[in-house]
Amino acid sequence: MRRSISLYGLTFSLPMLIWQLVFFVAPLVFLIALSFWTVKNFKMEPDFDTVNWVTMYGRSVFWQSYGLTLALATAAAVITSILAFPCSFAIAFKLSPKYRQWAIFLMVIPFFTSYLVRVYSWQIFLSDNGIINGLFAQVGMGPFPLLNTVFATMIGYLTLTFPLVVLLQLFSLIFIDRTLIEAAHNLRCGRIRTVFAVVIPSARVGLVIAALFCFILSFGDFVSPVYLGGGDPTTLSILITDTTKSGQQWPRAAVIALTMIATLLAVAFAAVGFAYKGRTK
Amino acid sequence: MNDFNRNRFVEFGLRFYILLSFAFVFAPIAASFVFSFNSDRFPSIPLGTFSTEWYVAVATDPLVWEGLRNTLFVGLFVAVVSTILGFGAAYTDFRYRFSGKSAYLALALLPPTIPVVILGLAMLAFLSRINLSGQSISVIIAHIVICAPFAMAITRLRLSQMDPDLEAAAWNLGASEWSAMRHVIIPFASPAIFGALFITMAVSFDEFAVAWFVSGLNETLPVKVLGFLQGQVSPRINVIGTFVFVISMTLVIFAQLLLTGRTMDARAASDD
Repeated sequence: MRRSISLYGLTFSLPMLIWQLVFFVAPLVFLIALSFWTVKNFKMEPDFDTVNWVTMYGRSVFWQSYGLTLALATAAAVITSILAFPCSFAIAFKLSPKYRQWAIFLMVIPFFTSYLVRVYSWQIFLSDNGIINGLFAQVGMGPFPLLNTVFATMIGYLTLTFPLVVLLQLFSLIFIDRTLIEAAHNLRCGRIRTVFAVVIPSARVGLVIAALFCFILSFGDFVSPVYLGGGDPTTLSILITDTTKSGQQWPRAAVIALTMIATLLAVAFAAVGFAYKGRTK
Repeated sequence: MNDFNRNRFVEFGLRFYILLSFAFVFAPIAASFVFSFNSDRFPSIPLGTFSTEWYVAVATDPLVWEGLRNTLFVGLFVAVVSTILGFGAAYTDFRYRFSGKSAYLALALLPPTIPVVILGLAMLAFLSRINLSGQSISVIIAHIVICAPFAMAITRLRLSQMDPDLEAAAWNLGASEWSAMRHVIIPFASPAIFGALFITMAVSFDEFAVAWFVSGLNETLPVKVLGFLQGQVSPRINVIGTFVFVISMTLVIFAQLLLTGRTMDARAASDD
């Protein structure tokens, strides 16, 4: 199969390479340059000045947002993983292959349907005279403030990531060698203990990758914190949209964006390292 | 065979939990549908009367039509180009081994994992630098970056089910590389190619964040929805939402039927 470079081969391989180099890598690299530019009289000028980094890193608001975003995304990754696991476990082990295919089929759909409108729809459930408080009112309780809370933000993160996390967990659970589970059972290992001692360790890679994706998506999402969480306190993603949309402070927004990328890379390497720890493959 | 967990209660509980998960996932979609036909301006229960007034309001709004036109234009363009790029990259992966291949694959698959705010900002800054921001073409460029990896992943999955010897057999029988591509590879990959067209169109159709950053005045429908959200509560969003859901669900269901249907055929055939 090994062949020298030919016109035929390049016709297929080059377009993707060129497109992603020009319109994906170049903009991200440009972001680095941009973070050293200066803004004078509302106009950006090419420069090599660390003023944006110094200004942003000197603000306590920035570090508060950073801490908050990190905490929210970590919480989302943990909560979503825990809530998704019984679902993916049940789909993997309790459904016949036919129903399992249906479940996968149904879980793929929401991943590709407008997240934005689904978040708006949650407002209908969570607002003070929305569906949930309406139900509470029927039994003489409430209204409970649900919208514009961290709880609502978490609902939004779950909406964004739950189907994907279930699917990723599922794909690692399906490939577990079932004889391992039978062996555990024959050795009189209890039900719960089998899950923790056999199933979870065997599926570790998939479970960690699923949590990582949940973290990445929640870390960068600005829709849930704004439209469900009420925009206060501010997350880094809100800080980026505000800084970008309100004038020419793009260099400062670039500082935030680069800090986010660095954080995500660190988390991703740590997570992948943890996932494959002790594996020789 | 799977007789750990024989306990009835646990069995029932787990199955019930699956239903609960789907209820959570589909609740917002269902609510949007129900409330789009509700006469009350502010959504609450008990429901008001059945009404199509919000559909009329949306259908007569020229801004919505403009957004829809932009969305469809962008979506079609993005779907075709992304699928071509994705197919090329998937074929490269299938056929060739070369140094730097993992970097090539990373480049072809990574973009969707970068948070959209970051991608949006980077695109906006870069495209306005080369005078390409604030136009439909800016949205198209940005969406292809995000969508091509999906097309690549889908086609790659399909090609991985193909016996590499088939192509070699075609060459041995005298086919040129190009005609082997046309008569062997493309027919085999065609379900994935159509699946990729549908999926990439659905992704572009729903993408609002990057589009919001780079679109300027040429807003796509989801960007308009974002604008509506910043305004007040309006059942119109439910109408547009229902419409968007129906379209993207149709695209995704078609894609899935194409992909899984043929996969099952292949599996059944190889079992014989």
